[in-house]
Amino acid sequence: MSVLVYIEINKGEVKKASLEAAVYGAKLAQQLGVNCNAIAIAEQAPSGLENCGISKVYHIQDTNAFDPMRHASAVEAAATTSGASTIIISNSYAGKSIAPRVAVRMQAGISSGVVALPVSVNPIVVKKGVFSGKAFAHVELTKSINVLALTPNSIEIESIPGEAAVESISPELSASPSYAITDTQVQSGSIPLTEAELVVSAGRGMKGPENWGMIEELATVLKAATACSKPVSDMEWRPHSEHVGQTGITIKPNLYIAIGISGAIQHLAGVSSSKVIAVINKDPEAPFFKAADYGIVGDAFEVVPKLIEAAKNLS
Amino acid sequence: MNILVCISVVPDTTTKITFTDNNSQFNREGVQFIINPYDELALTRALEITEKSGGEVTVIHVGGVENEPSIRKALAIGAHKAIRINKNPNDAQEAASEIANYAKDKGYDMILTGRESIDYNSGQVCGLLGAMLSLPSINVVMGLDVVDGQAVLTRDIDGGRETISCGLPLVASAQKDLVEPRIPNMRGIMAARTKPLEVLEPTGESNFSAHQSYDLPEPKSAVKMISPDNAGELIRLLREEAKII
Repeated sequence: MSVLVYIEINKGEVKKASLEAAVYGAKLAQQLGVNCNAIAIAEQAPSGLENCGISKVYHIQDTNAFDPMRHASAVEAAATTSGASTIIISNSYAGKSIAPRVAVRMQAGISSGVVALPVSVNPIVVKKGVFSGKAFAHVELTKSINVLALTPNSIEIESIPGEAAVESISPELSASPSYAITDTQVQSGSIPLTEAELVVSAGRGMKGPENWGMIEELATVLKAATACSKPVSDMEWRPHSEHVGQTGITIKPNLYIAIGISGAIQHLAGVSSSKVIAVINKDPEAPFFKAADYGIVGDAFEVVPKLIEAAKNLS
Repeated sequence: MNILVCISVVPDTTTKITFTDNNSQFNREGVQFIINPYDELALTRALEITEKSGGEVTVIHVGGVENEPSIRKALAIGAHKAIRINKNPNDAQEAASEIANYAKDKGYDMILTGRESIDYNSGQVCGLLGAMLSLPSINVVMGLDVVDGQAVLTRDIDGGRETISCGLPLVASAQKDLVEPRIPNMRGIMAARTKPLEVLEPTGESNFSAHQSYDLPEPKSAVKMISPDNAGELIRLLREEAKII
């Protein structure tokens, strides 16, 4: 028995969500009294996994573009080689696309959207988000092998001794038939919303897309990602990828600043797991204030410049 | 081109979520149920594709008879026929196993679903079906076209998006932006009454998981209000009190 963590690499670096998965895996392995190993499928063996509690890093040298079928077969190979009974995958876009395939290949159970370490490991009981952030479920997994897909920002990254010794393996991999990535557009410099620790979000109160400059400036000064409410993405003031809420994405950053968003139940569903919520709205009756830690009743066009100035003055 | 669209039935997005029986059961009382919004996008896109290329759209739902009004709505939107597998699935794996058993010898060109259901949010059915049926699976797509028998898909990736070209058959899950959902018209509603809705008994696997209990997020302590004239104070509090920036 052991734990296996799937590591995603972006431009040669281990993604933050994967470091969280590693720490989660290592802590779970401690609970189980077993080793925690990792699998990375990349051109180069990953560095930066030392002190994440990882014993061994299985490296499959691969220069092919990401293909869910291919990566799932690679994870299966590493899980079989290492005798893994629990496989941890971040619930990122890539992770979401391979985790269910790994479960089927391993005849395993799966829980996705896991937000905490298991309260019990025999049987394994995990806590996962349900109803788009409106509630949590405690689910018992009944198979002998299980896949856990971990919600980003659910565990603090900390230092845990681990050698992270690299072992190259070259198993036969499956591939999706006639599958090719023909174009990739990456927003350079921006922080992926699901991984962001700080998020500045704005709604219809901004009156129009031309007024987003100050939102972006506040986000830049705070090193935060930008997000928006559903009406704003529906009106195409902002791209849909920024839409947080019940039918958008669910996030759980350390700080969520909501500017000109009233806080309808569908919006709160997507952000209520944020550690700290600050709300700026000119309507003192806005329901968002009931879910907030800090509130300012005021006009965004007057308040936000003051926030930018104060944030710039932070040392 | 024949397309199978998987639909789940979920509480309306405005539902206040509560639980009964010592927090072990979702309280269905007074809750309005709808087709999962993402599944409706998958259905609409499937209809657009078959309207161009010919062929049929079948919707499949794994659930009880109480969900048949939502299945009829899918028929009213335009699906040609519907299948209901008579089982209340415990999790995505049970549902996917039923759908895979049904679909495996039907030769669908595409199987579409929503990116996730808005109740259990697993987002697994697309990948599970792909692996169970040994088909490629592409999730969270906001663009789907078929050009010369090859699918062209656009999907979200972390911090961007990518375009994929993939052979058929395949499984894909729909994200917002794929299409505007259709509202059924009177003709569709009338036609839906006589379209075939076949009920099949379950044949798939179960016992992957057991729900133990639910809980609600911890209530927030009282909000600390800051004067708008002194808005910069918020930044100081976030640094010195909350210690998060």
